[in-house]
Formats: sequence, structure tokens, C-alpha cells
Amino acid sequence: MSTYTKFLDGALASFGGDEYIFVEVATDMDLEATLRVIALTDAIGAADISGVTDVCPAHVSYMLRVDPDVRDPRDILPILEEIHKQKTQDSKLTIDSRIIEMPILYQDPWSHEVLMRFRDRHQDPTSTDLEYSARINGFTSPSEFIDAHSSRLHIATFMGFMPGNAECYQLVSSEFQLQAPKYVRPRTDTPDRALGFGGAFSTIYPVQGAGGFQLIGRSAAPVYEAKKPFGPFEVDIVLPKGGDIFRYRPIDMAEYEDIRTQVDSGTYIYRIGMVEFDLSKFRENPIGYSQTLMAALP
Amino acid sequence: MIRVVQPGLYSTVQDRGRIGYYGVGFPPSGSMDQYSSDVSNILVGNPIGAAVLETTFVGPTLEFERDGCVAVTGATADITIDGTEIPLWTAVQVKKGQVLAFRAVSAGVRNYIAISGGIDVQSVMGSRSTYVASQLGGFEGRVLKPGDVLEACADGRSSASKFGFEVPDHLRLFPSAHHNIRIVPGLCNYLLDEESQNLLTSEPFTVSTEANRTGYRLTGHQLSFVEREQPFGAGSDPSNVVNLGYPVGSLQAPSGSELICLMRDAVTGGGYATLGTVISVDLDILAQMKFPETVAFEAVSMDVALGLRADRREKVRGLVQMIDPVK
Repeated sequence: MSTYTKFLDGALASFGGDEYIFVEVATDMDLEATLRVIALTDAIGAADISGVTDVCPAHVSYMLRVDPDVRDPRDILPILEEIHKQKTQDSKLTIDSRIIEMPILYQDPWSHEVLMRFRDRHQDPTSTDLEYSARINGFTSPSEFIDAHSSRLHIATFMGFMPGNAECYQLVSSEFQLQAPKYVRPRTDTPDRALGFGGAFSTIYPVQGAGGFQLIGRSAAPVYEAKKPFGPFEVDIVLPKGGDIFRYRPIDMAEYEDIRTQVDSGTYIYRIGMVEFDLSKFRENPIGYSQTLMAALP
Repeated sequence: MIRVVQPGLYSTVQDRGRIGYYGVGFPPSGSMDQYSSDVSNILVGNPIGAAVLETTFVGPTLEFERDGCVAVTGATADITIDGTEIPLWTAVQVKKGQVLAFRAVSAGVRNYIAISGGIDVQSVMGSRSTYVASQLGGFEGRVLKPGDVLEACADGRSSASKFGFEVPDHLRLFPSAHHNIRIVPGLCNYLLDEESQNLLTSEPFTVSTEANRTGYRLTGHQLSFVEREQPFGAGSDPSNVVNLGYPVGSLQAPSGSELICLMRDAVTGGGYATLGTVISVDLDILAQMKFPETVAFEAVSMDVALGLRADRREKVRGLVQMIDPVK
């Protein structure tokens, strides 16, 4: 029973039962691998392969759902292998994207209340998640961590977990990347709109529920709205899309409450600008390029 | 119309699931035991894609406000209409004003209640299935409450379908306290050390009390992972990977200390190594299991997985013809 198929480009493919194909393009997080995943899954989508019902890109891997009653999933592997061959390393390093500002109350009282309830599941029960994350990243105070986290942009590289969840990788060079482990055992509760950080990724939890990321703040504006659609939610109940770039703007409690009132009345206006993300420009000058992107915010 | 007198423990509207949105974080949802759900629809003359009610441990009390045909499949439970016991896996006539009631299940977990015409709730993104966590689909995106009124679609039964038809035993699903559950190894299975790869498919695991539509936690044996330098962005535990897609039915082992099998309301991705995937036919069986029942995972090839799927498809087709030879 051969479990794995290795493609010529090194990607490792295997079956997830009779309905899924999983392809690991890389194991380390790397934006070049992410853009390759986007290029591959775009090509797979465009090929409109019969039997494939879902194309699911992740940070450095992707997954397909197949209807085996339409097509034997084993017949799809050679098609994928061919697409991997065609999409060689010189595939384009740009994507059409948006820049979206999210107003964040770092160190908010609601996340604090929840994280204190789950200290027994945390690496360091005597600190808060933010104190712990600051310390292990070499900062002397939470405010330094908040500065590092909020002063640079974050790009959505995986739309997974739950609807509206966008796991974002920070647009800084590798020596400035923040990292933190996930909880030892996941929490059974997280406030909706909580800002979480785990591995090298940030996300705004779309709804209340379980979670394993370090809790560092809360967004005043939602990323998922099924019940009372307003603004962007009139078009789609989910705000973020893969490749979106987020600016987490620190706010204080007064502004948080003001934005909550606007959200409740459906009058809050998201600041969203259209941009093209170019990996080579980012690599040449990470700081300058981030400022260029930021300038696209209305 | 059907009036919910008592909702039962956790009853939702489900169908065959929401297809095409997994890539943006929407699980398929749908009936946990798809076979029993399909059969309930066939019995009442519905297409198998019609919406049914899924119950959990304790079913609802429902008052019918129109004549029709009802069928209950899945878990072994005592059910009555106006106090008189009715058989499971059978097409039963129901009259306006009659009340269908449940007592607790004696084997299995979930019952499927199909009503001729099918439950009529608004289709959201191509499905009537309820996804409670995101308040999506089904009846107002939630579990049923007392006083809810469910509409039924127009009764499209062909004249050939008949009341009283009973599904023969060999086409029923009988939940028991131990099942062999077949998996296709793959995904990040290569991260398990050899001893743990063998342990996974040789030793029994116990369904824990944390077992719901999102996932089943199973306990039993500590699994260990091969030693490696953790990839950048994965996290420090050997069971951590850079977050990736989770198939429905996939098994993961956070810190190696317990297994989680994702079910129809799966989180679509996360950061724990996935070890293999329960085949679709056996996911129906697992959905009928509960604490402290046990499973033995058995590794099978894609040939076997697809063969068993084809067998089930033939069973369903055979049943349709038994009931309605003209179809």
C-alpha cells in the first residue's frame, strides 16, 4: 500500500480517505511557498477538473475535496502532477490584494477574563498570554510586543478553521518574525473578534468558540456577520479573503466603544484599499514597501 | 407544518451538506450518519438530498399539522405516534394532529426523521444543513427550540411508494459498543514514529465524553512523533505543523495524548499533524458511537475505501428500486 506520491517539484501528495487529496508543497512557512500554493490552486480551479468539488489552499499546502461517485480520486493525481510541472519556480510573485484596517483594542478585558480561566492549559500559568508572548520574543514589556505586532502589516495566507478566520503572516523580514506556541491544550472558549497569535500567525476569531492561539487583544469590528449584514457583509458574510493585507490599528477603550456603537447600528465604514502585493518588492525593502501598501488605505 | 412541542437534546435540520466552500472555512455540515439519513428520505419518497431532522440521544416531540409519511432511521430508539409504538426503518403514515414522540436511545446516538416532501428551510449556499457554530443554514442557524414551526415542502411522493415498507435487516445499520473503523493512512502520518504508527491500528481507542458534530475525542494510548527540527511557523510541540487543511474524518493527535477525529462540522484546518482519514462509509458508523464505546482503527487502501463506498451506493440504489420499481 503506497501511501505517498512525491511530485517532481518535491511536493508530497496523499489521500484523505476516499474524498480528499492533500498536497504538502513545503513544511516551513515561507511566502514564496504560499504564492506557489496560490498559483497551483488557481491553476487547479481554472482547469475545472471533473469530480473536484472544493479547492482549499493553506499556508504551504493545499487540499482538494473530490466526489468519488463522479471520479476516482486516484485519476486526479496525474493531473495535479502535470500542473505542478507546468507551474515551475518562475511563476509570478504578485497577487491582487486589498489592504484592510482593523481597529484593535490590545490587552482588552474580555480576552483577559477568558485567558485567566484557562491558565491550566497554558505554557506559563503565571503570566498573561501577552506577557508570555512578549517575553519569549525577547521584549521587556507587552507594549514593545504590541508595537512590533501593530506597526507592520499582516497578509492572509490561510482561510481555514472556521468561516471568516484568516490566518495572517506578518510582512517583516525573517529576523523580525514573532513566534509563539499554541496553548498546550486548546481552550474551549474564546471571545468573538479576539485577536489571537500562534506559530507565526495572527487571526481575528470570527465567532465565539474553541481556540489555541495566544490571546492578545480584540477587534472592535467583526470579520463575520451572518445575522445583521451591513457594509461589506451585504456582499459576503465573510470579510477577509486569501491574500488580503491587514493593518491592526491599536485603539483605546473609548474608540472601541464608539466603533461598537457604529457596528451595532450598521454605520461603521471599513477602511479598505485595493493593492497589488509583489513579493520581490517586499523582499527588496520590507519597511518601505509596507509604507507604500499602507498609503493605499483611503 | 410540524410544530416542535419538545426539541429533544440537540436536534437540527440537516441534508447531504454544503459543498464548495471548504476552501474558505465552511465545513460541509449535513447528516452525521449519511446512510441512515439517505434511507429515511427514500422511505418517505423524497430525493436523498431532502432535508431531515437529526436528533442526538433524545429525540423531539413533534405535532403534525398535515397528513403525510414519516420514517425514522439511525439509532435504536423507542418511538411512538399518539402513544402507540411505531417501528424504526419503516415508512409510517401520519395524520394531521398526531404527535410523534421519542424515548431515549438504547443503541447509537442519532436518529433521522424524514417527512414526505422534506423540511423546507431556506437553502443557504446550496444546502439546508445547520452549522450552529457560525449560525448558518437550517432553522435560523440553530438547534430546535420548543414552539418552533417547521414547514414541509410539497409532498412529491410517487403513487408507488407505500406505507408500511420496512427496510430489510441487512440494509439497516446496527450500532454496537465496539466497531472496527477503517482509515486511509496518509497526510502527515509520516511524522509518527514507527511504534506509534503500529499502535494506531493495533490497539483500541475509547470514545470520550467530548464527542460532537465538530469532532470526536478518543483516548487510549500516548502516540509519539519522530524527532525533527520543528518547521518555522509550526510551534514547538512535535505534533505541531504549519497550519494546514483538515479533511472531514481526519485524525490528529495534539501532543500525542489523545486522538481527535473531525466530523461533519469540522474545523477546516489547524496546526496539529493529521495521521489518516476515516473512510466515508465508516464515518457514518462512528457518528453513532458514544462514551465509553471503543473503536479499533484498521488501515485500508484506497481500493478498499472506494470499493466499500461503491457497495453502499448499490445498497441505496437497491433500496430505491425495492420501494419504487419504476424509479
